[in-house]
Amino acid sequence: MYRESQIIRNNTPDNYMVINVGPQHPSTHGVLHFVITLNGETVVKLEPHLGYIHRSIEKMCESLNYRQFVYVTSRMDYLSSHINNHACALCVEQGLQVEIPERAQVIRVLMDELTRLASHLLWWGSMAMDIGALTPFFHAFREREMITEIFEETCGARLTMNYICPGGVMADLHPDFQAKVKAFLKQLKEKLPEYHELVTGNIIFQNRTKGIGILSKKDAISFGVSGPTARASGVSCDVRKRYPYELYDKLEFKEVLEDGGDCWARYLVRMEEINQSVAIVEQLIDHIPEGDIQAKTKAVLKLPKGEFYSRVETARGDLGVYIVSEGGTTPYRIKFRSPGFSNLSAMETMCKGGKIGDFVAVMGSVDLVIPDIDR
Amino acid sequence: MKFSLEYITKSVDGWLNATFNPTIAFLIESVIVMVLVIALFAFLGLVLVIMERKVAAFMQIRLGPNRVGPKGMFQTVADTLKLIVKEGFTPNNVDKFLFNLAPFIVMITAMVAMAPLPFANGFQIWDVNIGILFITAITSVSVIGILMAGWSSNNKYSLLGAMRSGAQIVSYELSAGLSILVIVMLSGSLRISDIVAAQADGWWIFKGHIPVLISFVIFIIAATAETNRAPFDMAEAESELTAGFHTEYSGMKFALFFLAEYVNIFIVCAVGATLFLGGWMPLHFGTGTAFNTVMDYIPGIVWFFGKTFLLIFIIMWFRWTFPRLRIDQLLNLEWKYLLPICLVNLLLATIIAIAGWHF
Repeated sequence: MYRESQIIRNNTPDNYMVINVGPQHPSTHGVLHFVITLNGETVVKLEPHLGYIHRSIEKMCESLNYRQFVYVTSRMDYLSSHINNHACALCVEQGLQVEIPERAQVIRVLMDELTRLASHLLWWGSMAMDIGALTPFFHAFREREMITEIFEETCGARLTMNYICPGGVMADLHPDFQAKVKAFLKQLKEKLPEYHELVTGNIIFQNRTKGIGILSKKDAISFGVSGPTARASGVSCDVRKRYPYELYDKLEFKEVLEDGGDCWARYLVRMEEINQSVAIVEQLIDHIPEGDIQAKTKAVLKLPKGEFYSRVETARGDLGVYIVSEGGTTPYRIKFRSPGFSNLSAMETMCKGGKIGDFVAVMGSVDLVIPDIDR
Repeated sequence: MKFSLEYITKSVDGWLNATFNPTIAFLIESVIVMVLVIALFAFLGLVLVIMERKVAAFMQIRLGPNRVGPKGMFQTVADTLKLIVKEGFTPNNVDKFLFNLAPFIVMITAMVAMAPLPFANGFQIWDVNIGILFITAITSVSVIGILMAGWSSNNKYSLLGAMRSGAQIVSYELSAGLSILVIVMLSGSLRISDIVAAQADGWWIFKGHIPVLISFVIFIIAATAETNRAPFDMAEAESELTAGFHTEYSGMKFALFFLAEYVNIFIVCAVGATLFLGGWMPLHFGTGTAFNTVMDYIPGIVWFFGKTFLLIFIIMWFRWTFPRLRIDQLLNLEWKYLLPICLVNLLLATIIAIAGWHF
């Protein structure tokens, strides 16, 4: 039988100390559990233990039909629930072979990018908090609040929106949408220099992140790391650029790449991604076409027999949805390739040899969302 | 008529000695002093905690406590009441004696260190001839309490926090001590009342040229580190070690640690204000000018608390702005930068003191 205490007793030399970081610990951002072997303050070994928030979403999806299962996925990566829904909707649409109205596509991309902004803002606050500065968290939440308000008015929810559905989006935008988004963009652009002044320029912050938690390009590829974490190691992996979906091939934005591979590079990548997302939203916000918000689909969706795969870029990386259909109204098997899980597997490589403080900094820079790892 | 607390203390002392025999008079005076110290502790606990929360709220664009009493001013009273009635829980497998002793050691050192502080002219518990040395000696004892708490808690986070705290306080004592030494050298005395008297024609920070400015900055850094405050809060480091050395404490024992932290901030800031900013001495330039006479009308106790709270605000400002250093960076900062700077600075100050270049 698997017993942690035994493993600790059997595998630990005398001068090492084993501490449990989590499942209840302020720096793990949720119920993630690390068993860390320490030599003094230096991390010798780091073992993630999963399963504390496993809700068997994949199994649950097998008994829900193609309209229903999308809503469960909002609970995976709760910080990018629009994007999760989007991935599922894309996969179902691929099976149904439907064309999505242009208005719905624009709305989807807008919502995705706003979600990414909200997620990166929260990450900025929580990374600063991990490193010990508590104040940035509140400043980030001031801007993030504006996005959640926009979501609330359009979708009726602030966190698990369930807005993007197979065939389009659930409801039309509310009349104030454009004005509110513009107000938000204005405020964000005003406050971003303040963010950089408060955290980026801080010498303590730079010392805590530069050269810490290095992930080489080779390791990043072999662990299947994706998203900003991989792009900070120089791996070009932005799904929006490499395998464009919806409108992304028509939009102008840069794939942000850094080659440091350390926490500082990950920080810079995410901060620049905020600018890129702002640019995308700005390109679309004045050009929302009129038209339908949903394609005409049947009330009960049936996918043809076969296998379907779609992938999108969430705020954390590459989210893949894999559906095996037997031709019925529910999927035979469904599998999510979540970015958090692969990113987590690279944690030991990044943290080994560092101090406990470095572990916390790496944890903040990788930006894990635990329900996304466990599903 | 200038307001001074000296008349009160002198007349109380005179009356007691005239009425009772000296032993009883001394005992009564001790009781009065004890009551005053405890009252000051309660006052500091209440004021500093609410001040910290309000400062934090101000920095973090929120309101802070605003329900209990006017503008939330009695929030701390409510919190203290809650902590008093809470169970003083002692976990299994801890070293019970040391576990229960540790908060008192931390608390008592904070109380004793207050003895030579001059709150106003002649309003001082014990004007000992080695006053400033006494304060540095006593405040460094509090690390024993912290190590005791960390070791006896039987918790790995506590142990890590306590070890960090030990390394940190022992290191930063050096630069705190060396920066204090600059002032001692310029004043020519360890007695605190002499140091304050030496600033009657201007505070050291204005009179002492560059060495005093450098030592003031280093003193503030070292004071922040010695009180385990962010950005040097290695011992607590809530995102790494949950709560560090006091993880296992609850109820009143936790409250004692909490109170001791704030009282220690007050003490180091009071020492800083006394050494560099003249303590209770009003703002003076030169001797006998009209400006000095006007300034003298503001009571010394107002000056003392004003300066101390200004320094406290600066230390709180640090906490809510800066990220935390890593433990090795923290020790590097001390041993590779602050200590050499302090030594060179001491040499500079010596030259200035010998040559009489200070004003």
